[in-house]
Amino acid sequence: MTSESMTSRHHTLTVLVENKPAVLARVASLFSRRAYNIFSLAVAPTDDPRFSRITIVVDVDESPLEQVIKQLDKLIPVVSIRELSAEGSCQRELLLATVEVGDARSELDTLLGEHKGAVVDEGQGRVTVSVAGAPDDLDRIEARLGSFGIVELQRTGRIALPRLA
Amino acid sequence: MEITGAQALIKSLEMQSVEVMFGLPGGAILPVYDPIIDSSIRHILVRHEQGAGHMAEGYAQVTGRPGVAMATSGPGATNVVTPLADAFMDSIPLVVVTGQVPTTSIGTDAFQESDITGITMGITKHNWLITKAEDIPRVVSEAFHVATTGRPGPVLIDIPKDVAQSTMEWYWPTPDDLDLPGYRPVREGDPALVREAAELLLAAERPVIYAGGGILKSRASAALLELAERTGIPVVTTLMARGCFPDSHPLCLGMPGMHGTYTAVTAMQKSDLLIALGSRFDDRVTGQVGSFAAGARVIHVDVDPAELNKVRRADVAIAGDCRLVIEEMLAALDALGLPHSADTQATPGGSPADAPTGAPAEAGSMAAGLPRERLAPWRARLAEWQERFPLVYNQPEDGSALKPQFVIEQLRDATPEDTIVASGVGQHQMFASQWWRFDHPYTWVNSGGLGTMGFAVPAAIGAKVGRPDKMVWAVDGDGCFQMTAQELVTASAEQIPVKIAILNNAYLGMVRQWQEMFYEERYSEVYLSPDLPDYVGWAESMGCVGIRVEDPADVAGAIDKANQINDRPVVIDFRTDASEKVFPMVAAGSSNDDIMVDPSLENRSRA
Repeated sequence: MTSESMTSRHHTLTVLVENKPAVLARVASLFSRRAYNIFSLAVAPTDDPRFSRITIVVDVDESPLEQVIKQLDKLIPVVSIRELSAEGSCQRELLLATVEVGDARSELDTLLGEHKGAVVDEGQGRVTVSVAGAPDDLDRIEARLGSFGIVELQRTGRIALPRLA
Repeated sequence: MEITGAQALIKSLEMQSVEVMFGLPGGAILPVYDPIIDSSIRHILVRHEQGAGHMAEGYAQVTGRPGVAMATSGPGATNVVTPLADAFMDSIPLVVVTGQVPTTSIGTDAFQESDITGITMGITKHNWLITKAEDIPRVVSEAFHVATTGRPGPVLIDIPKDVAQSTMEWYWPTPDDLDLPGYRPVREGDPALVREAAELLLAAERPVIYAGGGILKSRASAALLELAERTGIPVVTTLMARGCFPDSHPLCLGMPGMHGTYTAVTAMQKSDLLIALGSRFDDRVTGQVGSFAAGARVIHVDVDPAELNKVRRADVAIAGDCRLVIEEMLAALDALGLPHSADTQATPGGSPADAPTGAPAEAGSMAAGLPRERLAPWRARLAEWQERFPLVYNQPEDGSALKPQFVIEQLRDATPEDTIVASGVGQHQMFASQWWRFDHPYTWVNSGGLGTMGFAVPAAIGAKVGRPDKMVWAVDGDGCFQMTAQELVTASAEQIPVKIAILNNAYLGMVRQWQEMFYEERYSEVYLSPDLPDYVGWAESMGCVGIRVEDPADVAGAIDKANQINDRPVVIDFRTDASEKVFPMVAAGSSNDDIMVDPSLENRSRA
């Protein structure tokens, strides 16, 4: 995932859908059938229980992007679609990582301090940390965590909202 | 009023003015079949659920109303998958109702359980799994609304048995009650774009109207005729659009594409403006996309915005209903000062001598001159191609072989001109499309996008149910016929007098043609035998009249005999020449510039 998240082929779509059964399956089935690549995906209900919001990062060139958006829009439960640019939106991901901390605990604490990360679990010489941030920041943090020795790592799909101004 | 879900379903179909449905009952759909006994809706009992789906398609294609089919869960539902995929490709409005195992059993691999909403997700416009009886009237309303508006298409409603058996308080939803917040089909086109399109129309030197199935779906034939006649722009009609513009009209160039006429294909290649109306740049029309109409600007009108810029980038892309957009274009042409058709009688394309010579008196107001005048050289070129590269075949007089094209011509000339023709898929379909003369909309019923062999027999039955006042002929192949022929039992039992012409060449003819041309005549698994089955005996066993014709001299007589039989279906087994190939032809993936004409015309000089 590292270093790819900023390529020009990545487009963040925020898709408002009806909160009904199988909506995610319809979206996934469309991507599979038309051979579009999903880079990351995050889904959750909105504050209005009738709707969910899907944030999809698609991995396509500009011209297929128009097709992706139009085909998504044809799905009956899709209410609205908006493309969010990196500059025009606030984008966040969450990272959880278990690292071999050894005798480098203080360096790890410094890293977490710089990025408002937290230790969420520890034991047997290992520490599980969580950090939330913009995708590029997480790329850099992931690289630095690598120097400690990553045992397991999980990142969420990206979520995003448009900037206010 | 408290009624069961099953009763609510049938009542909802009645509220949608459904007059007929095609289906076959089974375990999970049993509760729904009980109220059918008391319903005003005619139910036609098919012999295989695929037949129900294709009948509903045929019915929908000729009436413009949604076709309704019903099947049970599991295999009943999966048997309708092919018609759903077919209707999805060809934008045919269908409402298919399937039974499902009880909600308590869903997900347990219960008897006759299949995830039909999952299976059909990619081949329906939308589908619903109903979980509460009280949702039935609303979902049925939504289903008909979605199937018939915007770009039409098939929808499926899956009803678990316990939902059909439980009770609900009857109501009928108003349009405001529909819960479709994400569904907003487009209607009118953007006026600025329409104006831009109209200006391009008037400035073009070599324009072609590329009319697709959307003309028929939007009931735009009359508007198209007016547009063509007022501008003098020639028209090609795709396989899905045959009949939307009269073949006998001087501006009609016939069918484009892989087996289109030389003139239709070449006109598009050489044009400077393609006006695509309800067509979708299908690969069978474009051939190799990069070299398709390379010098043409493109106006593309489609009710489905996703079709715009999908295959070919349009210079003017208008999302809208074809009929409404054409009417807007006509108004824009008025505003630009184009006189009405009374002043611009269409020029016959038959011969260059017919091209207009004198400019009309009022032409002075338009800087670029009237399109009719400016297009004269273009139409003269087209007329020359038509003369040099007509459709041809040679019917030997010694009776040594019966040519399929000859059969189609005889059939065409012996039946009323508004006869409905259904076809399967393959050589016979191309011969029918090429050699019939379609002068009326909604008289051609075929499987275009999906290419479903076996479509013709059930589709013809559905068409005859929809238009009992018209003569309905299916032109079928022997391979196709064997796939769905059992529905002739349905036709006999229900007294639906369709007529079937089998072009029996004892081969999967189109595959044979490709093997001959592209696989060094290595014929792999394409021979079927002319006598096995015995088509006449089979037809008679299904309650039809069966006739065999081997001699060209007997063709007309057999057709006359069939035309006089109106109390049962008729099947004619025409023994046709297996060596006959469909020409012209553009090989798959080739450029339309490399169109192969009939070998007898090969030496003629090209455009």
